[in-house]
Amino acid sequence: MNRLQRTLISLFCACVALWLVAPTLVIVPISFAEKKSLAFPPDGFSLQWYANLIQSPDWSGSILNSLKIAVIVSVVATVIGTLAAMGITRMKAGSGGVVRAILITPMIVPGVVLAIGIYAVYLDHQLVGTLTGYVLAHSMLAIPFVIIAVGANLAVFDARLETAAASLGASRLVTFFTVTLPLIGPGILSGLLFAFVTSFDEVIVALFINSPRMKTLPVQIYSSMTRDSDPTVAAVGSLMFALTTLTIAAALWIGTRRRRS
Amino acid sequence: MADTQRGAAVDIRSVTKTYGDFTALDDISLRIEAGQFMTFLGPSGSGKTTTLNVIAGFTELTAGEILIGERSVGNLPAHKRNVGVVFQHYALFPHMTVAGNIAYPLKLRRVPKPERARRVAEVLEMVHLTDFSHRYPAELSGGQQQRVALARALVFDPPLLLMDEPLGALDKKLREWLQLEIKRIHRELGTTFVYVTHDQEEALALSDRIAVFNKGRIEQVGSGHDLYERPETLFVGRFIGESTVLSGPHEVRGDETAMQIGDEWVVCPGLPLGDGRQALLVRPEKITLRRTGSDLRPGENRLTGRVSEAIYLGSGVKYEVTLADGTRGVARMTLTEDRLALGDGVDVCWMQQDARLLADDGSSLGEQSGDHG
Repeated sequence: MNRLQRTLISLFCACVALWLVAPTLVIVPISFAEKKSLAFPPDGFSLQWYANLIQSPDWSGSILNSLKIAVIVSVVATVIGTLAAMGITRMKAGSGGVVRAILITPMIVPGVVLAIGIYAVYLDHQLVGTLTGYVLAHSMLAIPFVIIAVGANLAVFDARLETAAASLGASRLVTFFTVTLPLIGPGILSGLLFAFVTSFDEVIVALFINSPRMKTLPVQIYSSMTRDSDPTVAAVGSLMFALTTLTIAAALWIGTRRRRS
Repeated sequence: MADTQRGAAVDIRSVTKTYGDFTALDDISLRIEAGQFMTFLGPSGSGKTTTLNVIAGFTELTAGEILIGERSVGNLPAHKRNVGVVFQHYALFPHMTVAGNIAYPLKLRRVPKPERARRVAEVLEMVHLTDFSHRYPAELSGGQQQRVALARALVFDPPLLLMDEPLGALDKKLREWLQLEIKRIHRELGTTFVYVTHDQEEALALSDRIAVFNKGRIEQVGSGHDLYERPETLFVGRFIGESTVLSGPHEVRGDETAMQIGDEWVVCPGLPLGDGRQALLVRPEKITLRRTGSDLRPGENRLTGRVSEAIYLGSGVKYEVTLADGTRGVARMTLTEDRLALGDGVDVCWMQQDARLLADDGSSLGEQSGDHG
């Protein structure tokens, strides 16, 4: 009986796990396909689609654009989000909660709604398809993640340590760099990684504000898919999957890591 | 040998601190002499910690002036005051080792590395933690953490050390041992110590002088002996040590004051303070309990009562007595005296000059235990 139960539970878990990773399992083999087809399972083996990724200016350009935007966004969002999180913890619980709720709305409002709003404003201000445009839009989406990650870390940070540092002769600034930053560093770093991934993965807003001059990788994938069945999509998908998995894993690892305690 | 040059005097002049409508400190003035061990004693919410925070620079004062040494520190931020602070919650930096924590104030003062190492080793020895320098705070017990905090607060030779209930989170045995350690360190260094506690026994054990705080004011400043033997207010008398407090209508008879307790009268030399209700405070060791029907001796007061609790203390017995009017009294007797049992009728006697006549300020024990914050 007991054994049967255990077998059933294992089976069920295996099914769920398979269901969750199935799309990825399909993508990875297709990326090594020999023919220009997205058929699954693929025939033969080749690395041509990975080569195409690097050689085609459409692909390599969009990859570079995405990386550039994501790097800038992660810095901007981390600085603003960290400052916001520190400000909120110093506020009274009630008003702090309201400010926090407002700052987190970009995470809750459906992406399409935001995208329409952003697009409308960008059209008037010639921001469509510009680096500034992407950075502004993606930072807005990424800041909530930083506020949440840093806020969680600040919740367990003992602010009385700052008072102690002052009594020992440390100015506000010195206290921040020698006491506060090292202790909330893990939260800031995981916020930074989440911000990077948020921008790198973002497709809805990017679809609205892209232009032939400047396209991000997710947009390039989408337009490639709608034109033809090019397995380069699978190659880039596999790479993105590997990259995001590694980043998120790193973020989680850093976020949950505790100093000796 | 104590080096009295090392400590700084602290002068608190008419300091007031208000938070909106609430007055946390109401025109406090106090002088702490260089090298003294001064304790701020009082129930929670009495203003003792606020006063400490004002001296440390953690709290801005609303009015008044504070001098540390010769320097007015009114507008000086905490990090420029050069005052050591020990907190109840230790406040050690969890990401630094014991040695790292202690070296922190020295690094800020740009003390060269060899000198830094020497001084860290020196204070670690002073608090008996030489072997722990590479541990992290989380690996230490509460008592060890607090000794590290003490070392960190003293390593930069501040002329003034402030301690905010430093032993509050520790168990009794450890607390008593650390009290001795703190006293020894104070003697060795000659630094001025200001110590905040709500524990009157701790205050008596440690201090040269004690300032008793109540409702944002200082009730009395004096040695433990002064406060115990000659309390100036009923609040102080009740807060320090145990006591029997009698209250009732009074009348002046020549240079004595007589007070009616139930249907009996007692007298006390001296005249009442002020016009209001008066109270008589008697310390437990001044009271003698005799079985009902004893002879009244000359110069003695006598009230009748009944033993309501007998607590064996080892060195003696503490009796709680309920007097005829319902007042609870406390007496401490040696073991050689007649042992009384619960319910025994007793005469509660004390010499007239051994009681203290004070204005009844309405203070109660409930208030003092901090229940009303």
